[in-house]
This record gives sequence, C-alpha cells and structure tokens, in this order.
Amino acid sequence: MNIVNEARLAFMSRSANESFARVAVSGFFMQLDPTVDELTDIKTAVSEAVTNAIVHGYREKNGTVYITMRILAGNVAYVKIRDCGCGIADVKKAMEPLYTSAPEEERAGLGFAVMQSFMDTVRVRSAVGKGTTVVMTKALRTRADE
Amino acid sequence: MMKLVRGDGEIRAVLSGEIDHHSARELRAELDAALCDMAPRLLVLDFGGVTFMDSSGVGLIMGRYKLMQTFGGEVAVENAPPRIERMLRLSGVGQLAQIRPGKGNDE
Repeated sequence: MNIVNEARLAFMSRSANESFARVAVSGFFMQLDPTVDELTDIKTAVSEAVTNAIVHGYREKNGTVYITMRILAGNVAYVKIRDCGCGIADVKKAMEPLYTSAPEEERAGLGFAVMQSFMDTVRVRSAVGKGTTVVMTKALRTRADE
Repeated sequence: MMKLVRGDGEIRAVLSGEIDHHSARELRAELDAALCDMAPRLLVLDFGGVTFMDSSGVGLIMGRYKLMQTFGGEVAVENAPPRIERMLRLSGVGQLAQIRPGKGNDE
C-alpha cells in the first residue's frame, strides 16, 4: 500500500460527533479535488460506519472512535473506522440488508449496504468484546479523466 | 430542522439541513408528538431542503410509517433530491411510503 498522505482522528462516541466526522473526513479528501458526488458518497459511508460504532459498538456508552484517513497512490481514498466496543459475533449476518440489532433506535439495517453501495471496497474485522474495524476505499476520478 | 404545517387531516413536515442518527432523534420526538396529538390521515415528509441524509432518514420514514399505521394513516415523501431518492430506492422504503416528486423540484 503506497501511502501518499495520512491523517488521524479520535473522538468521543457522542452522536453530535457524527457530523463532525463527516466534515473532517471530507475536509481531508478535498485535496484530491473530488466531485461533489464522490465526496457525498464518502461522507455517507463514513456517517454509517461512525453511527454503527456509536450505536452498536459502544451501545451509547462512552468510548473513543478512531478514524484513519489515507490517500493511496492512484487517487484512492482510504478510510478506517475503529471502535473498541462490544464487537460483532456474526459479521456476515450483520452485513445482511435490513438486519439490525437496534430497532428501538430506528436503525434501518442498511448501514453496511449503504457503505458497499457508495464505496469500492468495504472490509469488516470484528472480535466480540474487543471491537470492530471497518476499512473502506474508493478510487476517485482524476479531473483529467473527465 | 423541521417546520410542521398542519392542514385538514394532514401534517406536512418540511425538513431541511442534514439528517443523520443524531438529528433524526430530535426530529422523530417532535414529529411523533404532533402525530399522536392530531392522528392525521396523511403525513407528508418534504425532503426538498435536505442537504445530506444517511440511512437514518430511511429509519425515520419507516418508524413514522409504523406509527401512522396505528391511526390507519399514510405517509408520503415529496421533493427528495436525486441523491436522497437513490438512497430511498436502495432501501425499498417506497413499498411503505409513497415517493412522489411534488412541485418545485425542477430548480
């Protein structure tokens, strides 16, 4: 993995930080001169992953959400979102559309489906009692391609 | 943000700004109070002013659909910008709520 640039964020698992995470991540990737749609795709995917960390990972208790943002060679945006929360016993089941473990929070069960739809790759690693890591990448069109 | 317009047997919720898990919580508390108070036949969710939405917006529609069903009422979604409409189609929420373009979506 050829890393061109990298930045890291750590913040409390408070729902008010969902919008902060979107703004911070999109701010970092602005240097790739993305299209509005590309940037919104990334923001939407990040919003889903951060909300999962807060609602499911930490179950609304205090914890820290970690984000690593990278620019990889070839105009590729890389985002890693990690929590040290409860973890997911069955990742495959959790990724099924409409599955949710928090219906009372009105989670539609679409978080992973949205991430997969808006990013090129989505990888999820999780261990019960240790936490969950989501790594997503998206190759951005260079303006010269248009 | 949300502005509620009460009509004859109908509530129109004009939504604006960003809808995520954080803001959806506040919206749903305010909306549900108005819905339970009036028990309208129709709830119109106007997404015309929404600048960002993740799947929390889908949850918001699904939850209101369930509540409106208890009154025998219906839910319609209007003026969703193209990106938001894409999310709504991805979710299949169109089976629960009528998704219609509505007026003023061509600017």
